[in-house]
Amino acid sequence: MMNGWEVVIGLEIHAQLATRSKIFSGSATTYGAPPNTQANLVDLAYPGVLPVLNGAAVQMAVKFGLAIGARIASRSVFARKNYFYPDLPKGYQISQYELPVVARGSLNVMLDDGSVKTIGITRAHLEEDAGKSLHEGLANATGIDLNRAGTPLLEIVSEPDMRSAKEAVAYMKKIHTLVRYLEICDGNMQEGSFRCDANVSVRPKGREKFGTRAEIKNLNSFRFVEKAIQYEVARQVELLESGGTVVQETRLYDSDKDETRSMRSKEEANDYRYFPDPDLLPVEIDEPFIEQVRATLPELPDEKAARFARDFGLSGYDAGVLSASRELGAYFEAVVSILGASHAKLAANWVMGELSSVLNRDNVEIENSRVDPSQLTGLLRRITDETISGKIAKEVFESMWTEGKPADAIIEAKGLRQITDAGAIEAVIDGVIAANPKQLADYRAGKDKLFGFFVGQVMKATSGKANPAQLNELLKIKLGGAKDA
Amino acid sequence: MLHNLFIAELAERLSKRQISSTELTRHFLDRIERLNPALNAFITLTAEGALQDAAAADLKLGKGERGPLLGIPLIHKDIFCTDGVRTSCGSRMLDNFVAPYDATVVTRLKAAGTVMLGKSNMDEFAMGSSNETSFYGPVRNPWDTSMVPGGSSGGSAAATAARFAPFATGTDTGGSIRQPAALTGVTGFKPTYGRVSRYGMIAFASSLDQAGVFARSAADAAAVLQVMAGFDPKDSTSVDVPVPDYPAALEAPLQGLKIGLLREFFEGLEARNASLIQDTLKVYRSLGAETVEVSLPSLPLSVPTYYVVAPAECSSNLSRFDGVRFGHRCQNPVDLMDLYKRSRGEGFGAEVKRRIMTGTYVLSAGYFDAYYLKAQKVRRLITDDFRAAFAKVDLVIGPTTPTPAFAIGAKVDDPVTMYLNDIYTIGANLAGLPGVSVPCGFVDELPVGLQLVGPHFAEAKLLNAAHQFQQATEWHKQAPGGYE
Repeated sequence: MMNGWEVVIGLEIHAQLATRSKIFSGSATTYGAPPNTQANLVDLAYPGVLPVLNGAAVQMAVKFGLAIGARIASRSVFARKNYFYPDLPKGYQISQYELPVVARGSLNVMLDDGSVKTIGITRAHLEEDAGKSLHEGLANATGIDLNRAGTPLLEIVSEPDMRSAKEAVAYMKKIHTLVRYLEICDGNMQEGSFRCDANVSVRPKGREKFGTRAEIKNLNSFRFVEKAIQYEVARQVELLESGGTVVQETRLYDSDKDETRSMRSKEEANDYRYFPDPDLLPVEIDEPFIEQVRATLPELPDEKAARFARDFGLSGYDAGVLSASRELGAYFEAVVSILGASHAKLAANWVMGELSSVLNRDNVEIENSRVDPSQLTGLLRRITDETISGKIAKEVFESMWTEGKPADAIIEAKGLRQITDAGAIEAVIDGVIAANPKQLADYRAGKDKLFGFFVGQVMKATSGKANPAQLNELLKIKLGGAKDA
Repeated sequence: MLHNLFIAELAERLSKRQISSTELTRHFLDRIERLNPALNAFITLTAEGALQDAAAADLKLGKGERGPLLGIPLIHKDIFCTDGVRTSCGSRMLDNFVAPYDATVVTRLKAAGTVMLGKSNMDEFAMGSSNETSFYGPVRNPWDTSMVPGGSSGGSAAATAARFAPFATGTDTGGSIRQPAALTGVTGFKPTYGRVSRYGMIAFASSLDQAGVFARSAADAAAVLQVMAGFDPKDSTSVDVPVPDYPAALEAPLQGLKIGLLREFFEGLEARNASLIQDTLKVYRSLGAETVEVSLPSLPLSVPTYYVVAPAECSSNLSRFDGVRFGHRCQNPVDLMDLYKRSRGEGFGAEVKRRIMTGTYVLSAGYFDAYYLKAQKVRRLITDDFRAAFAKVDLVIGPTTPTPAFAIGAKVDDPVTMYLNDIYTIGANLAGLPGVSVPCGFVDELPVGLQLVGPHFAEAKLLNAAHQFQQATEWHKQAPGGYE
């Protein structure tokens, strides 16, 4: 269906900044408080009140700008975006329009095929969030909750550089990783702390001119971003191929029906009548301030991934996964620091494999993991010193997770210590061979595949505890030795 | 009579316990009760609260506390939010609005021990030059009750002229302190933009609005400004520069002061007004000042510039009055749009609607550059003109208004003629400069105002020059007939 068409996507990501108070008032920003308990006279836009800029929000915006190699504006200006809506108490939103605080940056995003693509970031600007209209449980009335009104947002606007829904998701995930690294946004998408609008258009391959775009509003999960874009692309292509034209409009994604629907056309769009907010002075940012913020920058995801690959010999993919969050990277590094860099690959496999899967399954954040890095290292040591096999280790890990005991205690209690006594293994092999004369004959007749059958039988008889390397070696001798005879 | 005494004289009697604040307050409340019905200078009287304030001040005075404003009654323009007291801004929109907090100006004057007698009448949302746009009816000029007192702070001006209080607060966006002060024969002082906090002052045009004071002398204005002025962290546009001792600056000799006569202010000025201004120059020269002519070539553009900038800002500032959280809400709205349209349609008067529409227009896509941006550029030119003038002179001088007070109803149907009344005052607002109007004579038995404008933060110099003029003249001591 997509043959002959190129998809063009740009994202406007809204990241709620993790300040304690609102961007222009002293109210708290804590999520989930009873309606209107975190809205003071400024948030309620009472007559006579004035906004005062929260410096922490500016600092966070600058931090983000530095992390994407952007230009930090020495002078940026807050403007009023005028429109009427009940959850917008002033009748205007304070935002930045012509002079944003952050301009022209970029971000490298790793795609599924392992290649790296640079996505341009046009700008990032500060603005205040609106409140919420509540309809549930109110007969013939609409409630207004202004707790969220005035919460600081950083709107991150990309260039139209993405060419598929997957690229868009990869970019959004990268921004998500970055803002959490920088500790400027909690990234909580359920609570709306991180969401985006997607501008989507298609054009015939090879054509330079962009097609007419539709803007899909308020996407609050990676899956919705992907599905909404896919739907929208298919809709536009189908429309164009059947001789229709795409109209510039704002659309909403309905996740229940998996479709986008028109919200308002360009003609119906508001004229926001932007003008500089006379209640706020321009934000002046000087070099010393920028340097002060730069000094607070942590190791960034790309830097961390490069270091993991270089110092621990990890693949680009593994290094990317392990640096996707600060916490995951820290956990991995803690394990490697005890276990030794020579076993980094083993540590990486376990952190990305068993550990990540139980965390996912039980919906636990890694920083709250019931198996901490030193406990996991305790288990991995028993693999490296051949006390247990990798397979048994998975069983031990599951017990560690559920029982909260150290690896050694579980290995001892359950008698899972690997059998490395050659005599003991030989005895079991002899028993297995004796019990399976038919298979023995077939094997010796050339059915090499049956080697696996014998390994399985011995493992079964030893409850998986036989040292696999020893078992292989001894079994080969026993089966082959007889053949020779 | 008590009501003719100046603030320093009242403060002395209070501090010597020759009178009590309660007696003083009762005296003014009696006058208001007797004389205000002819003037309509108030929207809300707070007699009960005033007597409580006075009792509190008397208690402090009894304990030996002293202060230049302790126990002194005042009137607040109804644009300042006053905790627990209706704050209407002269509009039906806020007729039911009881402010839940005090404006910074109110807080500061309260802390100084003042006594609030009430809230004064004003043009609706401070939009007007005659006080005729008030939802509460026009204020009448005590010099001639068929005449307007000027606006928008017409109630504060008339009340000060009628000796209803020693002083009153006001706000000046395009002349709303200086113009009514001129028309009612009192001293009206507009400080530098950012000198006095705008927090709690209901916004008309945020980049122009500035709080100030009406009094019967520059010395009184200095004492009040001393309390009002200062940085306020709640107002990002207030400026953090030290507040000098204004009263201490009053007596400095004017020897060597360079005063610039604004050429543009005399073009089209009526001859009798012009000659009164010429007379003031003689006074200043006799005091040792030097007068030279200066020109502000861009100044004639100030009225059209103002009537782009101010409506633009007001159209946005007044969006919060939507019938949702406070203020007027229409009966039985059928849907959201109906709620907005009728609440605002019913709550706002004609002049406010005119300015909201003008402002919405000049900010609209396709018109923004031609109007709003252009106006900002002209505003810059006007500011530069003033700066160039202040490189040569210390202060500039001219008439406050083109004519004395005009009749109620005379200009109400002709907004452009009404707007031209502010032709001499608007420049100082566009440039953010301090200005003062002082009485300088009479034409047809109506007071005429002299305007002095200074560089940013030249309040002390302006008050000094105004005070020295008043030391040499008696114009500021004249009271309207029936209010002596």
